[in-house]
Formats: sequence, structure tokens, C-alpha cells
Amino acid sequence: HLVPVFCLAAHRCARLLQKIKTEHATPQLYTALHRRACSTVSTPRITTHYTIHPRDKDPRWEGVEMERFADEADVVIVGGGPAGLAAAIRLKQLANKHEKELRVCLVEKAPQIGAHTLSGACLEPSALTELIPDWKERGAPLNTPVTEDVFSILTEKYRIPVPILPGLPMQNHGNYIVRMGNLVRWLGEQAEELGVELYPGYAAAEVLFHEDGSVKGIATNDVGIAKDGSPKDIFERGMELHAKVTLFGEGCHGHLAKQLYNKFNLRENCEPQTYAIGLKELWMIDEKKWRPGRVEHSVGWPLDRNTYGGSFLYHLNEGEPLVALGFVVGLDYTNPYLSPFREFQRWKHHPFVAPTLEGGQRIAYGARALNEGGCQSIPKLTFPGGLLIGCSPGFMNVPKIKGTHTAMKSGMLAAEAIFPKLTAETLDSETAGLHVPEYAENLKNSWVWKELYAVRNIRPSFHNYFGLYGGMIYTGIFYWIFRGKEPWTLKHCGTDANQLKPAKECTPIEYPKPDGKISFDLLSSVALSGTNHEGDQPPHLTLKDDSIPVARNLGIYDGPEQRFCPAGVYEYVPLDTGNGMRLQINAQNCVHCKTCDIKDPSQNINWVVPEGGGGPAYNGM
Amino acid sequence: LSCKVLSSVVTPCYCFVSPQIRVKPDNTGVVTDGVKHSMNPFCEIAVEEAVKLKEKKLIKEVVAVSCGPQQSQETIRTALAMGADRGIHVDVSGKDYENLGPLQVSKILAALAKQEDAQLILLGKQAIDDDCNQTGQMTAALLDWPQGTFASEVSLEGDKINLVREIDGGLEHIKINTPAVITADLRLNTPRYATLPNIMKAKKKKIVTVKPADLGVDVTSRLEVLKVEEPPQRQAGMKVETVEDLVVKLKEAGRV
Repeated sequence: HLVPVFCLAAHRCARLLQKIKTEHATPQLYTALHRRACSTVSTPRITTHYTIHPRDKDPRWEGVEMERFADEADVVIVGGGPAGLAAAIRLKQLANKHEKELRVCLVEKAPQIGAHTLSGACLEPSALTELIPDWKERGAPLNTPVTEDVFSILTEKYRIPVPILPGLPMQNHGNYIVRMGNLVRWLGEQAEELGVELYPGYAAAEVLFHEDGSVKGIATNDVGIAKDGSPKDIFERGMELHAKVTLFGEGCHGHLAKQLYNKFNLRENCEPQTYAIGLKELWMIDEKKWRPGRVEHSVGWPLDRNTYGGSFLYHLNEGEPLVALGFVVGLDYTNPYLSPFREFQRWKHHPFVAPTLEGGQRIAYGARALNEGGCQSIPKLTFPGGLLIGCSPGFMNVPKIKGTHTAMKSGMLAAEAIFPKLTAETLDSETAGLHVPEYAENLKNSWVWKELYAVRNIRPSFHNYFGLYGGMIYTGIFYWIFRGKEPWTLKHCGTDANQLKPAKECTPIEYPKPDGKISFDLLSSVALSGTNHEGDQPPHLTLKDDSIPVARNLGIYDGPEQRFCPAGVYEYVPLDTGNGMRLQINAQNCVHCKTCDIKDPSQNINWVVPEGGGGPAYNGM
Repeated sequence: LSCKVLSSVVTPCYCFVSPQIRVKPDNTGVVTDGVKHSMNPFCEIAVEEAVKLKEKKLIKEVVAVSCGPQQSQETIRTALAMGADRGIHVDVSGKDYENLGPLQVSKILAALAKQEDAQLILLGKQAIDDDCNQTGQMTAALLDWPQGTFASEVSLEGDKINLVREIDGGLEHIKINTPAVITADLRLNTPRYATLPNIMKAKKKKIVTVKPADLGVDVTSRLEVLKVEEPPQRQAGMKVETVEDLVVKLKEAGRV
């Protein structure tokens, strides 16, 4: 009788031991197995995000409750920027006017509305006046009317003034210099007063679909996943927000929009979008140098004639000597040694710019990608269950460098198109999610389209041997004289990611060292952006293949991501073994600019949204 | 073990959480306009502990209190989303808010504790904007209640509380009577996330607004801030080759 008992006990012991082994060894075991499966032995594992390594096949997630709480709204808006908020406000205005009940929910990844907003900015108040005619009485922060408008072509030491004749796109008469973050925050307050449910700190991480393939809504991000991809004790699933129609206003190069383009083939009849990166700083300057209302733009130095870009410097008038300045570089640049951040820092030393900053103090820094594709790159805007608004599809007027007024108008048009459908007596729709093609038609008939059509050839006209100068001549003739009525539409050159030349064909650029008074190093700049993320979460800069950065990006292009990231997220560091390099991703530094997703020559980087509330803490940028 | 039902008053502090603080040009304080404000991290831990006690059925109700302007209601909402039952917003704004210090807050909390017949007050050990570490202690003194500060472990035993305190010398185990004041230290727990469904449910929970005068508390400050300035710029150091050089330099600087 002893023997069977002994066997049973041994059996149970062995099973217990196995369980312990799995529990404690699993993280490393899984990693080792997986390492062999998907990357070369010498590539350490970088990406742990569940979008690349699904959780249903991951033993660490066995038994974890994955059910999500769901709630219903009439409209869900992704993104609390000018477009999303304008759409929300317009919807509620219509609902109140027609005495209908409408539940509008808006989710925003920033911890408060306006904290991820970054823009120059010179606002054209047309759309705002259409949306809220009494914005002045309501205290909208448009405090600085433009009083002076200056345009220059810079050379290394000199400046060639360019007269801004009336009718040229960069004329700013009637516009306001604004701190866009403050305007967005004000729009958020207006939206809340009208009854919009705003949820900052919650990122839309997933698009949900009905069985018929139409968009059902979104799910917010899960929280409590550890850096290695395993669940923490405080793991909580995100929430599902279902809606009859979902508006996607994620801003330039949104990550959900990227998925929607593929799912619904929205880009089959348009050009690929082209982009630029904008870096910005706020400075408190010497009062003697302060000229409130002054707008300065420049092109030329330090960029060569074939690299699109330029600078802005705006003197705000809000009671203190504050200037907003920055630099934009087209992401179709070809030299992998170019660093937009360092071009910005060295531009500040130009004899025309430096005097304004001498004796001043830098108080903020940030960066964001922006669209340059114009109307050639606008995708199909509607699909069953959803619409794209704002800079996400991309309505920026590139020569004016203004996209806020068109973004807001697109949000308002979206609201006006969906309202009658939502409140109609019978829900007339083939699909479970509403399809609202009227939005795209109304946009084509609005001033947004007229404006974008007139300037459609200006940006592409830079792709000629004379670069910048060819473009300016083209603008002078065809825009200023002929108002954009020429019968042809120029094309872009392909995607920005494909424009980089291999490193061996290019010359490294010698950038001057930052002097710590006017120009600064990258890390102290990143600190000023206030960016932070929960450290113990999978990096949200995901790689489809962990081995490509060293093999291709570093091997052929000398690791351009080390230079184009304005936050120092990507670093190539030597391997612990001593021979070879590895990519280190400092995800906590990320300022959510999206440049890496755009410019990676291997298109291996896929930016996904981190835990909501993380990212920069811009204050009135 | 008898399981006495306790109601608790927890105070989440509304303070600014931002790495980029600037001194105001007139040196009277720091710029708070537009700066991100949220719940003090130690107070989050206090709220979490209160909610945990409620989940263990050791206390009956968790009331979240915040003293500040209109926006502090958002902090209370976060506490409600974490599991508090109702909120009390003590409305203090403008100049009064800028001068609000631990003594005034303790008086407010003491008055509220009496009004609500609370048995337990849980706070964060200190606020990360002023680092005073005084409110919990002062509140206990005003109420003549025992205090368990820097708590890293809390357990209820009948009508007494067992506490482990983190002190310089190590860990101190104490037993205190209720009613009591406890201040939370970092390792007490890991606060849960305020998930979106809970934020939505929290909108339905009640927040009552009162003024300090309603509680018979005078919030005039006993302190006058003379000046606020940035810490002095760190001076460059000097390298010396030998110990003799070091002594010479120290004598030159008048340090020796």
C-alpha cells in the first residue's frame, strides 16, 4: 500500500515543481524561445508590445481576464485637438439648436487637453469665427494680432529681405499669433460647457469592427503591462466605446488612421502623404528686443537649396516678452547625416536671429511632424462607421504654413454631415456603422478645397534642379499672378521614407557644438518638453523585425533615426559582448512627434500609442 | 476579532506635478498658470489604502476631501474612480489658495472629521509641491488623536491599528488606538489605475462643496512669503593636481 501512495505523492510533487518552474522561468524561457524563433542569436530582444507579439499565444497571459467593459455613445471622437474639438462643439451646437439628445465622447491621449498640442502658430481666425462667432467675448486666447510680417532668405552671414506682396500665401494680415495649446484648452472648456464628455488621459488603442466590417468604435489602452510584455498585478483592460459613427482626428500621421488606410484601402487613388518635422522653443527674451505682433519667416541657410524647410519666429503679446520660434525641415531630405534638431540649433546663431535671443531664457521645447502633401495626398475620407478629420488626412496649406483653420473646418463639416443622419427618424444605413460620404462631398465644395487646390503645386515645385529658388519662382508666377489656376497638378516624389540615400553616397554634416546660451544639446531640450511615460511598460516604438535596425538602418544609412528623432529615443550602442552594435530605444523620451514612423527607410518602426497620460507636458505650445 | 465599522476621511491633495517649474518674474512664487495639476502621489497611495480597507470590509465608507479651487474637483473624481464613495470639495481659491498651508488644511480636516464622525484619517505623508510633511501630524494634534506617520504597512485589529513605520533607523512597529490619523509612505501599496469605466461611474458619485468659513475655519496664513528664487547656478568646479594645491586653494577661499 505504501508504494502507490509514494507514487501519488511523487507525481504531485513533480507537477508542483513544474508549475513553479513555469511561473518563475517563463519570462526568460519565453524570451529565449522567441529569440530563436524570430531574430538572429546576436540581436537582443527589443520589441515586447502585444501588437507584434500577440497575447493569445503567450503563456504568461493564460487565464488573464480579457473581457472589456463597453459603453455606447452616439459619436466617439478620437483626438482632442482643434479638429476633434471643433467637431464636438459643432455637434452639440446642432443638438441644442434642434433640441435633440446626443452623447458625444472624446478621448485624448494627453493627460490634459492641450498638453500634446504643438504649433507655431499664426492662426487664421476664419474657422473659429464660423464656429464660435463671439469667441472674443468668451475669452478665446487670441491676444496678439499680427502687426509686422517679415520674410527673408538667409545665407550663412547675410539676409536677403523678400517683400511680402498682398496676395502671396505667407501674408498674415488679419491673423493672430496664438499659443495653440492654450487655444485648444479653451476649446476644451467650450466643449465641456456644451456637454461633450471629454476624457483626457485615455488613448484610443484599437479600432473595433462590426461583423459586417464597418467601424463599431474604439477601445482605450490596457494598463498595467510590464516592460517585458507580461501582465502586472494592476493590469486592467481598456474600455470599449461603441458609437454609430467614429471621427478620427489623431493629427498628423495617426496610428489608428494608418490601420484604417490599409483596412479600407483609403489611399488607392491619392498620392502618398509627405511630411516635415517642426521643432519649436519658447523663449522669454530681453524686453528691449521684444516687438509684439512681429512675425518673421525665413528660408535658406542652414539648409541647402534642395532641402525644403525654413524658420519661424513670432513675438507674442500676452503681458510678458515671450517669443515662439522654430524650424521646419521637409522629411523628403536625402542626406541621412542630416539632423533637424541640430539644424534648428545652429539656425539660432544666424546674425539676424541671435540678437533677439541674447540675454533671454529658453523655457520650453517640443517637436511634431506636419503634413506637406496638400490636396494631392488627401485620402478617401469616409468609410462605413467612420470619418477622418483634421491633420490626420491632412489639410495643411503648406505655403501659408497653416493647417488649424482647415482642420477646424473639416471637423465642423463632419459634424454637419453626420448630424442629420444620426437624428433621422429611421437609421438609413446599409452597414451597422454609419457611412457618411456627404462629408467628403461637402468638403470638396467648401473653401477648404478651394484654398488647398490653389496652392497644390507650390510644394512639389521645389523638386527641380534649382530647388528652393525654382520653387519660389514657380510660386511667384503661378500662384501670385495666376492664382493657382494652371491646368496641371504636379506630383510628389514618392514616400519620404524612400528618399534617403545610402550613407556612403553622402557627406556627414559638421554641426557646431551647442553653446548653452542660444543653442543647446538634445537631452536638456527633451527635459524641457516635460515628457514622461510610465517606465514599466512595453516600448511603444515597436519594430516589426528586431534585426533590421542594425542590419539595414545602421548598415546602409548609418542609423538616421539617431538624428531625426527630436527626443533622443534611438541610440546605437555597443553590444555588451563588445563586437557589434544594438539599437537601444529610450521610449520614455518620446514626444509623440511620429517622425520615426514616417522617415524610417525600412518602414520597420510602427509607432503605437503608449499608456494614456504619458508623453509631453506642453504648456501653451 | 471584532470588526468595528469605520468611516474614513482621506485627503487627496491637489498639487502641481510638472518637471518644468519656473519662478515668477516678480519673485513672489512659481508660475502655476496652465501647469499640469494632479493628485499628490502619496495621497494616491492613501486613497488606495482606504479603498483596500473598504474592500476588506473593515471600513464602511471612504470620503475623499480636497482643498483648493474649482479644478480640485477633478482630483476628487480620480479618487472616486479609484473607489471612494463620495467627495467633499473645500473651496479655497485665488490669494487664499496661494497662501493655504498645512496649519489651515489641518484645521479644515479636523473640523470635517468631527462633522463626519470619522474614525480614520488617511493622508499622504507630504505634498510634492511644498514638501512640508506637517498636515497629518498637525491634524492629529488638533483632534488629540494618535498618529501613525510614514506608514508602510497598516492592519486593523479590532479597535486598534497595527502599523509599520519607515524611520531612519529601520522599521518601527506600533499599535495605536482609533480614532487615528495615518500618513502613507511610498511602499504602503501600488495605487490602482483610475480606469475609464470607473471615471464615468465617478461622475454619478456626489461631491459636496463647502467653504472654510462654513466649517468655522479661518484660512488666513500666519506666514508671509518674502521671496521665491531659483536655486543658485551650480558653479564650475576646480581640479587640483596635489593635496598641497588643495590646501592652498582652500586657504585662498577662506575655508580653512
